[in-house]
Amino acid sequence: MSIAHHDRYGRPHVVEHEGEEHGHHDGHGHGGAAHGTLAGYLTGFILSVILTAIPFWLVMDMPLPDAQTTGFIVVGLAVVQIVVHMVFFLHMDPRSEGGWIMTALVFTLILVVIAISGTLWVMYHLNANMMPAHDMGVL
Amino acid sequence: MSAASTPAAAAGEVRFHPETEPHHPEGSSTMLGFWIYLMSDCLIFAILFASFGVLGGNYAAGPGPKDLFELELVAVNTAMLLLSSITYGFAMLEMVKGRKTTTLVWLGVTGLFGLAFLCIEIYEFQHLIHIGAGPQRSAFLSAFFTLVGTHGLHVTFGLVWLVTLMVQVHRFGLIEANQRRLMCLSLFWHFLDVIWIGVFTFVYLLGMLQ
Amino acid sequence: MAVTTPVPVSPIFGRLTLEALPIHEPILVVTFAVVALGAAALLGALTYFRLWGYLWREWFTSVDHKKIGIMYMVLGIVMLLRGFADAVMMRLQQAIAFGGSEGYLPAHHYDQIFTAHGVIMIFFVAMPVVTGLMNYLVPLQIGARDVSFPFLNNFSFWMTTGGAVIVMASLFVGEFAQTGWLAFPPLSGLDASPYVGVDYYIWGLQVAGVGTTLSGINLLVTIIKMRAPGMSLMKMPVFTWTALCTNVLIVASFPVLTAVLVLLSLDRYVGMNFFTNDFGGNAMMYVNLIWIWGHPEVYILILPMFGVFSEVVSTFSGKRLFGYTSMVYATVCITILSYLVWLHHFFTMGSGASVNSFFGITTMIISIPTGAKIFNWLFTMYRGRIHFELPMMWTVAFMLTFVIGGMTGVLLAVPPADFVLHNSLFLVAHFHNVIIGGVLFGMFAAINYWWPKAFGFKLNHSWGLVSFWCWVVGFWVAFAPVYILGLMGVTRRMRVFDDPDLQIWFIIAGFGAALIATGIATFLIQIGVSIWKRKEYAETTGDPWNGRTLEWATSSPPPAYNFAFTPLVHATDAWADMKARNYQRPLKGFAAIHMPSSTGAGVILAGLSTVIALALIWYIWWLAIVGFVGLIGYAIFHTFDYHRDYHIPADVVTRTEDARTAQISARLAPGAAE
Repeated sequence: MSIAHHDRYGRPHVVEHEGEEHGHHDGHGHGGAAHGTLAGYLTGFILSVILTAIPFWLVMDMPLPDAQTTGFIVVGLAVVQIVVHMVFFLHMDPRSEGGWIMTALVFTLILVVIAISGTLWVMYHLNANMMPAHDMGVL
Repeated sequence: MSAASTPAAAAGEVRFHPETEPHHPEGSSTMLGFWIYLMSDCLIFAILFASFGVLGGNYAAGPGPKDLFELELVAVNTAMLLLSSITYGFAMLEMVKGRKTTTLVWLGVTGLFGLAFLCIEIYEFQHLIHIGAGPQRSAFLSAFFTLVGTHGLHVTFGLVWLVTLMVQVHRFGLIEANQRRLMCLSLFWHFLDVIWIGVFTFVYLLGMLQ
Repeated sequence: MAVTTPVPVSPIFGRLTLEALPIHEPILVVTFAVVALGAAALLGALTYFRLWGYLWREWFTSVDHKKIGIMYMVLGIVMLLRGFADAVMMRLQQAIAFGGSEGYLPAHHYDQIFTAHGVIMIFFVAMPVVTGLMNYLVPLQIGARDVSFPFLNNFSFWMTTGGAVIVMASLFVGEFAQTGWLAFPPLSGLDASPYVGVDYYIWGLQVAGVGTTLSGINLLVTIIKMRAPGMSLMKMPVFTWTALCTNVLIVASFPVLTAVLVLLSLDRYVGMNFFTNDFGGNAMMYVNLIWIWGHPEVYILILPMFGVFSEVVSTFSGKRLFGYTSMVYATVCITILSYLVWLHHFFTMGSGASVNSFFGITTMIISIPTGAKIFNWLFTMYRGRIHFELPMMWTVAFMLTFVIGGMTGVLLAVPPADFVLHNSLFLVAHFHNVIIGGVLFGMFAAINYWWPKAFGFKLNHSWGLVSFWCWVVGFWVAFAPVYILGLMGVTRRMRVFDDPDLQIWFIIAGFGAALIATGIATFLIQIGVSIWKRKEYAETTGDPWNGRTLEWATSSPPPAYNFAFTPLVHATDAWADMKARNYQRPLKGFAAIHMPSSTGAGVILAGLSTVIALALIWYIWWLAIVGFVGLIGYAIFHTFDYHRDYHIPADVVTRTEDARTAQISARLAPGAAE
């Protein structure tokens, strides 16, 4: 990370105390977890309002004839809104805390996807195999 | 705090102790630790979403989403939470500027929006139970009440924390420790808003489409 | 007595009645008498020697990661005795319950024993041992003075202890679950298990689970943020690497367990229908979800031990670990892959060929990085100057034993084979093979290796040898017959048997258990003898094994602040590198050191949590509410304390370091000092 020289028996090493790893944070910066700006919060808010209003309108008024298409659009807008919140409200920054915040987030998202999709896959096949022929409700 | 007396260093050879002691001030790890806690909380919600995904269609000959959900109410509720997010943001902006009173005012407004959200949710739950669609009625309703209720419990906990922090800011001012705590609660509060996006999308909106 | 009908709930005592005391079960009465006498003797001795104040000040309220680590180990070893007593009872029952004999354990009791055995061994032996080792070693290995959140560390320990107390309480008040260690519904649902057993299970695990998760977050952040300058990720000791991955697994899997147990509680307490047979519930969903936690859990147990063996092998072979980088990548691979194999625990559930194939293949893939590690250890030993001290012997025994266990695991990963072997004693033998051969052997290697560091004297060698051979031979005598029985088709958790041909194998297995019992007894004797002769075995160098990582750079036992000066790291084996370059310990210039203060808040919060859990188990609602209000109130009160640290004055540091200087010079020149 912050050591420039890698030779085992090298000359006197100059160690850079890099902020992101072992640095001297004061109470504020916390390695870059920013507080945001007024413009940022307002942008996030307006985007969120739009991204919330559209899916509610799509479902409440059903302007699209096809429920499946509506569903995909609704989910897509939700994903976009989650990203908007991450950027404008949670101030996600790939560099904060030496990248560990982002690493933790990505790792968690992978596990969330594995757990949810895996569960749905496993249970769908279970129901298909073990409860055939009967209409046990939509699954 | 100098290790200049290190013999090796004195001899001009390799240094085995840094020139100045690395300092880990109290709270320097708090934000990362709290974020990792939130990530673990995220996995709890993932399991609740997965349960809803698997069991959400099991109505057991009882009512389904179309019979129960009122999207107008959900829309109002979503608005409350979204407004509380932006007001918390304003509180943080005031905090950075060191203005204690306005910070407290915005925190108070945030709390009121949060409270409104909770009241609407309690009204909704109470209404569902009243018409016989309580959590015991079907696996779908168990999963629904648990997922939405867990989010609501988080909001409740956030409110208790918010009030505590308001008292602490009032008494001790915007000291470093309190700023750190406000930032943790900020993460928590916005995180709950993100979870709510998942809830209104997958539970309410997609439920109405089925 | 098995309770099958709902018990009336009183507003004051809930379900708790005098009937809950098992006075009609002679085995439990005798056990209770023995435990009560032992506890009375212990408490009396503590009072007589006036140790309460000392224990409270120096240990219970301590936020020193070293003391907390030791307390975790003590908890693990105490619970090992309980869990092993359960094992012996099962072995005895299965060895005699033939030919119409019912054995000596009624079904209700036997079923609690196999459940308690599994729960205790995993949650209250293996987990505390693993957490304790990481707690003790990680800050020392990374050149830090404590963990990132010292108070949280103390709280986590007491939550784990609270969970253990809850499980132990079930022995004498009420009953424990009779469901097997994962409490699958519908058996664990309210219809089939109406009494307190499953509730004890749920709340014991929930309370301990909070502690585990928080300690995982704590250690994870510690490793990320507190490393000594110069220690980049790829210069971390291997044990610290495995601890990092383990804590990632803890943080990312224990929430799943928490959530699943919450759902089961909602079924039981509120009448919801997640896992019920009617109203749309699906019991298989529980099996699916709990194994999403369950598989990472086995790697939580074994990864730190892989770290232990790596440290031991390189130290006692006198050279760097072979393939450090591949070891790190193997560990990271295992961490991620462990989330992709959970279905191999229930191939037979019926998800079909496509699902089973996927999880069978991922399971086989995950054995590859583990195999790579074995080769790394072997190549480290190759052409090394091997010293067969006790830790190294445990490591060799581990490699021989674990490889067999790993291979039977790969065998079980083949879905068609699993359909034959599922829930058979073959499976039981397999996981004991990897957990005893991996985690337990690792624990003994670690204790023998780091004991001198923790206490300043070495452990007795000959008793350690006796313990080693009893354990290793005992393990194989106990579990080879279990493998054979499994291949003969015997299923697990059986209380009586019809086929007399099977009995001889159970008798052999019982003999093996007796050998293991001797191994445990001699281990305790080893510790007792070593404490008795601690002056003779004193270790004053701080580095008795010619170690390679930073924990050996400080004194034995290390001072409260670990390092007077933070080390500056240039190479992977930092301490070996320092020694090779003729490092001289600084003798003056000490400054005051900033440290966290002790606090009783952890004990109080965990105590309240335990009370709440017990109240919920017994339906004593008022107590649960009072306890909950108290818990929240006290937690808020605690946040008003803004002063949680102090400085060790420079002259105290100087005195401590001067004492060590004197100790070292006394050793270098015998008779020169004093």
